[in-house]
Amino acid sequence: MRTVDLAKSSRRDLNAALHEVQHNTNETYWRVENPAGQHALAVGLDAPVTVEIAGHVGYYCAGMNQQATVVIEGNAGVGVAENMMSGKVHVKGDASQSAGATAHGGLLVIEGNAAARCGISMKGIDIVVKGSIGPMSAFMAQSGTLVVLGDAGDALGDSIYETRIFVRGKVASLGADCIEKEMRDEHVLALREILRAAGAPDSVKAEEFRRYGSARQLYNFHVDNASAY
Amino acid sequence: MDIENIPQTLPRQSATFDAYTLSEIRRAAATGIYDIRGAGAKRKLPHFDDLLFLGASVSRYPLEGYREKCATDVVLGTRFAKKPIHLKIPVTIAGMSFGSLSAQAKEALGRGASAAGTSTTTGDGGMTPEERGQSQTLVYQYLPSRYGMNPDDLRKADAIEVVIGQGAKPGGGGMLLGQKISDRVAQMRNLPKGIDQRSACRHPDWTGPDDLEIKIEELREITDWEKPIYVKVGATRPYYDVALAVKAGADVVVLDGMQGGTAATQEVFIEHVGIPTLAAIRPAVQALQDLGMHRKVQLIVSGGIRNGADVAKALALGADAVAIGTAALVALGDNDPALEEEYRKLGTTAGAYDDWQEGLDPAGITTQDPILSARLDPVAAGRRLANYLAVLTLEAQTIARACGKSHLHNLEPEDLVALTIESAAMARVPLAGTSWIPGMTGNF
Ligand SMILES: Cc1cc2nc3c(=O)[nH]c(=O)nc-3n(C[C@H](O)[C@H](O)[C@H](O)COP(=O)(O)O)c2cc1C
Repeated sequence: MRTVDLAKSSRRDLNAALHEVQHNTNETYWRVENPAGQHALAVGLDAPVTVEIAGHVGYYCAGMNQQATVVIEGNAGVGVAENMMSGKVHVKGDASQSAGATAHGGLLVIEGNAAARCGISMKGIDIVVKGSIGPMSAFMAQSGTLVVLGDAGDALGDSIYETRIFVRGKVASLGADCIEKEMRDEHVLALREILRAAGAPDSVKAEEFRRYGSARQLYNFHVDNASAY
Repeated sequence: MDIENIPQTLPRQSATFDAYTLSEIRRAAATGIYDIRGAGAKRKLPHFDDLLFLGASVSRYPLEGYREKCATDVVLGTRFAKKPIHLKIPVTIAGMSFGSLSAQAKEALGRGASAAGTSTTTGDGGMTPEERGQSQTLVYQYLPSRYGMNPDDLRKADAIEVVIGQGAKPGGGGMLLGQKISDRVAQMRNLPKGIDQRSACRHPDWTGPDDLEIKIEELREITDWEKPIYVKVGATRPYYDVALAVKAGADVVVLDGMQGGTAATQEVFIEHVGIPTLAAIRPAVQALQDLGMHRKVQLIVSGGIRNGADVAKALALGADAVAIGTAALVALGDNDPALEEEYRKLGTTAGAYDDWQEGLDPAGITTQDPILSARLDPVAAGRRLANYLAVLTLEAQTIARACGKSHLHNLEPEDLVALTIESAAMARVPLAGTSWIPGMTGNF
């Protein structure tokens, strides 16, 4: 295990050291002490390491992650795991806005709540929020899966493309072109898989969720839809 | 009165309701959809043509055209980047997306730019192997849509350009109509084939200058502070936008005037939002000077650059380099009169073809159609672009030597006068033959 104390070394040192880790590294387990809400911690990783961050982080923690597992033992600021490609990011507390924004792959798990725009423009990532999510979540979401164990705020899935959304609680309102869809067996199976990967308790049943997705009415511009654009 | 012989007035067309305007009203009435097109503002605007160089005479002496050196190189990204970019000429190729342009066109841009010793830029939709392979220096755009955005490409880039806006549509997002979404484009953007792709107008994970600063920090951390980070803005409030970009930590600011081209935007947006390139440069330079950052944070100006005189004028007004889009496409073969017959079939004429969003470009440039795009030979087209870039440079050097400058960057506003009061006020140089800079100094 390697420990980096951010009270003593800089963010630059931490990220540079993490970037130097080779794919066949033996140093697969890192612990980061005293993050103190700093921005851009553990960003741009591209190795199968585990990085545990002992506290709250600022903006863009684990941004553009590839392969690595990043565990945040606190709350995360704006854009946690933004544009993640692969790997896993686990937030033990709450997450601010734009969690998992534009991410192409991997798994983002948020134990608490996520604020507005969770999964905005997501492009293939799986996001599981065990609490609730704020308004405008999954805006222009392209692909991947957003799972919410709690409630969703206003305008869920506005202008959504092919992302699948599963919500267990209440949805305040759906955004333009987002509709509720039938929950078929295939969806239950897929959701079960994601819930398991996210470590959801057995008491949470895939059958309790409702599925939302694109009505695909805005896919090609049409004058009669002008008010929805 | 001799009713038969009353003289008739000539039929009179309205200046307000001119033929183009009437055709647009009819088009709108028939379709119910605003007009979308490519290219930049087409209306006549105050521009570099309204400025003249004074040249040397008794009070200043010129450099010998064929003997004395007039250097043209430029270094971009000296503020924070460990690896600044060194270009042989101060003319770069602007960001144009794969999707809006064919893979052949992107490759040709890379080839031409590399041969000329300058950089080219990706666009909305990500980086293609063709353009990375053929571009010695490649700037990677970081756009609101983040289509095709991935850290491997980010690390492959020589610089990163955070796009906030474009001159053709400041405050607007993008649009790539379904006709141009081929399998490859769809796959790169992670969207179904054939649907209209909207690109957002705001970044998904930051808003405002304070967030931008943190975003830039993140990009630097990911790329280990190696690469210059540009911030591109459409010209609207250049003084404040440039100042805020500098405050946010930009190494380079790219300022794009309203004449700047676009792949596809609403006509009303192109013609009515933003300010002309000429009007944007001085406030931008002023912001840099007020912050003590002129020449430390480099300024790249684009929007309607056509010849070496335009390059020299932009540099004289304080830019460090310029970028070209439309002119580069023309050099590749866009709107070539040799294709007139095919333009006619599309209901247009060579020189006016701007329905790039339809993907039917007979020149094979603004299309994804495999048959049309195969018409463009990337090697020959790249050669034409390299030739054209050489001419831009030689022309700018010709002017600079005449003004007695041993480097293009030594051109200064004092070398310029204006032909019109508007351009004098915008460029903050005196009206020719006077000492009058409207709003600033002197008397008429
Ligand atoms: C076909 C085409 C596609 C463009 N795509 C982009 C783009 O993806 N991103 C961007 O920032 N600007 C884009 N632009 C704008 C150019 O980067 C540049 O600002 C503009 O073309 C400069 O003005 P000029 O065309 O008068 O030289 C595009 C322009 C054209 C003509």
